[in-house]
Amino acid sequence: MIYLDLFFGFLKVGCFTFGGAYGAIPLIRDVVMFYGWLSDEMLTYMIAVSESTPGPIMVNLATYIGSNRAGFWGAVVASLAVVLPSFLIILLVTVLLKNAWENKYAQAVLRGLKPCVIGIVLATGIYMVFGNCFGKIFAININLQAIIITVLLVAAMFTYKKVTNKKLSPIMLIIAAAFLGMGIYAI
Amino acid sequence: MNILLDLFLTFAKIGLFTFGGGYAMISMIENNCVEKKQWITHDEMMNVTVIAESTPGPIAINCATFTGFKKAGFIGALVATLGIVAPSFVVIYLISMFLDNFLELTIIANAFKGIKIAVGILILDAAITMIKKMHKKKLPGAIMICSCVTMLCINIFAWNFSSISLMLSAAAVSLTIFIVKGAPEQKGGANK
Repeated sequence: MIYLDLFFGFLKVGCFTFGGAYGAIPLIRDVVMFYGWLSDEMLTYMIAVSESTPGPIMVNLATYIGSNRAGFWGAVVASLAVVLPSFLIILLVTVLLKNAWENKYAQAVLRGLKPCVIGIVLATGIYMVFGNCFGKIFAININLQAIIITVLLVAAMFTYKKVTNKKLSPIMLIIAAAFLGMGIYAI
Repeated sequence: MNILLDLFLTFAKIGLFTFGGGYAMISMIENNCVEKKQWITHDEMMNVTVIAESTPGPIAINCATFTGFKKAGFIGALVATLGIVAPSFVVIYLISMFLDNFLELTIIANAFKGIKIAVGILILDAAITMIKKMHKKKLPGAIMICSCVTMLCINIFAWNFSSISLMLSAAAVSLTIFIVKGAPEQKGGANK
């Protein structure tokens, strides 16, 4: 049943998102691909939409996927499921187990989880950027327009950082990419 | 004003005006809950942030749950958490109804082709930022590289191994090494 799939799929995501929003993306990708809920393409679009709309990225993605698969109630079920684990854990930690997180075994587990999440996010980033520019590794398909946009965006990020000493905000990067896409793919 | 209503509206406001999630929200929460409403103290806020770092889920939701609980028990936690989720829920739900039609326009489809490239770069950039903040030691470094290579193989060869299994394996390795060899010399872990 779709509601149960949505609930347990996003409950799993909610339980394992360490390392902020970008840590959640590989997990959501896994779940979405497993159930065949969205194409890789649509998921990428929605990551951008989630990044440019208010609220935590993973809640936004859950809402969208839920709504896309099963309408309003799908959206409700998916959003609640993704939030539920952190809600319960914070209640548990603040009420019952004030010192549980200081526990040395818990710390040892976290020391393993954190670098692993970083590795997973790094792999996802490499895979996506490579895929955009060169296609699949066994079926190389050089995409010149994508390479031009990638180079321009990375150059913009570096220049902005050099000049202002601040990071270019994700929303600005997405807006710039949208205009570049409209211009370069139209040619 | 009723405290439950106040919690809901305050967190709904925070949810509505923070883009990009995560750390952007912390300063909004600090400003509203610590300075204006004085629902929680600055120290409490710091503690939640630390706990939030090592528990799953978005930091903003952890903060909302904590503050709500502090002020009005379980119902308070529930109301505050729903409050912070409500605005993005409504916005995304509306977008989901129109996005497909929207994408049929060539100019929008082209814009999204560009955006797709930006998303890849953002994820790669997030990873690089995390690596810079990471403890430069052997074990975390090794786990990071192994996870990265495994995850690449999972993607490239379509291996039937989920990222959750990968995370559980990493946790198991770290725990085993801790039990066998004891704590690393520099105590504290990565979240201190």
